[in-house]
Amino acid sequence: MDSASHSDNIVEIRNLRFRRGSRRIFNGLDIDIPRGKVTAIMGPSGVGKSTLMQLMTGQLLPDHGTVRVDGLDVPSLSRAQLYKLRERMGMLFQRGALLTDLSVFDNVAFPLREHTDLPERLVHHLVLLKLHAVGLRGAWQLMPAELSGGMARRVALARAMALDPEILIYDEPFVGLDPISLGVILRLVRRMNDALGLTSIVVSHDVEEIAEVADVSYLISDGKVVGKGTPDELAKNRSAVVRQFMTGLADGPVPFHYPAPDYGDQLLRRDS
Amino acid sequence: MSRDDIVDPLRSFVQTFGASQLFLARLITYTPRALLRPSLILEQIFATGSMSLIIIMISGLFVGMVLGLQGYDSLSRFGAEDSLGAVAALSLFRELGPVVTALLFAGRAGTALASEIGLMRATDQISALEMMAIDPIRRVAVPRFIGGAISMPLLAAVFSTIGIFGAWLVGVRLMGVDEGAFWGSIRQQVDLYDDVLSGVAKTVVFGVVASFLAVFEGYNSIPTAEGVSRATTRTVVITAIAVLVLDFVLTAWFLDKDTLG
Repeated sequence: MDSASHSDNIVEIRNLRFRRGSRRIFNGLDIDIPRGKVTAIMGPSGVGKSTLMQLMTGQLLPDHGTVRVDGLDVPSLSRAQLYKLRERMGMLFQRGALLTDLSVFDNVAFPLREHTDLPERLVHHLVLLKLHAVGLRGAWQLMPAELSGGMARRVALARAMALDPEILIYDEPFVGLDPISLGVILRLVRRMNDALGLTSIVVSHDVEEIAEVADVSYLISDGKVVGKGTPDELAKNRSAVVRQFMTGLADGPVPFHYPAPDYGDQLLRRDS
Repeated sequence: MSRDDIVDPLRSFVQTFGASQLFLARLITYTPRALLRPSLILEQIFATGSMSLIIIMISGLFVGMVLGLQGYDSLSRFGAEDSLGAVAALSLFRELGPVVTALLFAGRAGTALASEIGLMRATDQISALEMMAIDPIRRVAVPRFIGGAISMPLLAAVFSTIGIFGAWLVGVRLMGVDEGAFWGSIRQQVDLYDDVLSGVAKTVVFGVVASFLAVFEGYNSIPTAEGVSRATTRTVVITAIAVLVLDFVLTAWFLDKDTLG
């Protein structure tokens, strides 16, 4: 691999294989995440998108293949090196994952207090700055239980940005949001990426929303990348799997039915 | 019964036991550094200790009152009711204080610890800490472990003190045992090292075991409603068994030392 591609791609995954028990999740997956862009990882539910994020962040170890983040081989890092790398990454979890016993302010202040010795007055200013960026400065004293789903995700985004990461990972950020919250999150993903010079990785199966925000998209199916390109390129892709996913057809290469024995046989058997 | 029916549970037990020992080693390794952040530990002493005070005090009072009644009834058959204070104090310091407090601690604080940590895992809070480059064992498990281990001996001391008050209430105020004899027998018969400190040693061991089991079960729970519920139940059951077994072992050891000594 030449040095130019090394510097252009902040994440490089090659020939990734991973199993959970007897179930094969990835079977020779190759992905490049370009630096400074919004990259979408799409695919049907259960295809392993969140697992891929866990492999990228060193929460899981691959069975085979390489996962490099900014030139570092993630699976071979020690715990201390991994934590050092994670300080440069932020992650927005599907349900926000706010610490429920802390207020909005303390949640955003949490990584600052844990990782820095900044005076409390500066922490205060930084937290308000981050909360202002997501439009929730006024909610600083609310508890997580008092927030709507969209608000919780915005607070989690402010917390993920607290240490000014280079890479921001969004795990299904649009799930279960009302149209207004969804629009807010969409705009935030784009604005944060461009204003702060981040690299954003958005894991999602929301085709239309992704098309609005992503510079490049990967479509994963059956453990491999089956489509890659800009949202327009993916929309024009003639592959049956890509077309099924992009148009939302119930049946196709990704079958509607879970593998099952013959229906008639199953109905006639008493012990089924 | 096939070979797998025997091998699988055995393998699972060995794996869980090994994992628990590694977890304990990490807890102990991180403990000295955790002591440098006393505010986190004080928070947990409040959550596990102070919040358990009511149940410990009420239980201690009634256990002491029952001791007063039973002790008076038994001792009066030998005309030895003046020794009621010593009997109640010895029972409380050596056995009932440590054991009953540990069982109540497992039911009140242990379940709270296990379910809290289990729910943190189920709601991705543990993963969020990992992603913030904060070791959840260091930040979540260790302060709770230390807080619980410190709270337990303090709660046992409260239990025994209130228990003696309960025995006094029934023995002296209700049954008419001489007040001077009640307190005098305690001063005469209760030995600081053999009786009080052996009880304190038990509470320290039970505190470490109960806190460790609660934190371990919660931290390793399956991140579902059923998984957290199972972890909470296992915390109480395993702690109760461990406390009773350890109580026998420690009692035998202390008595053996006394005999030899």
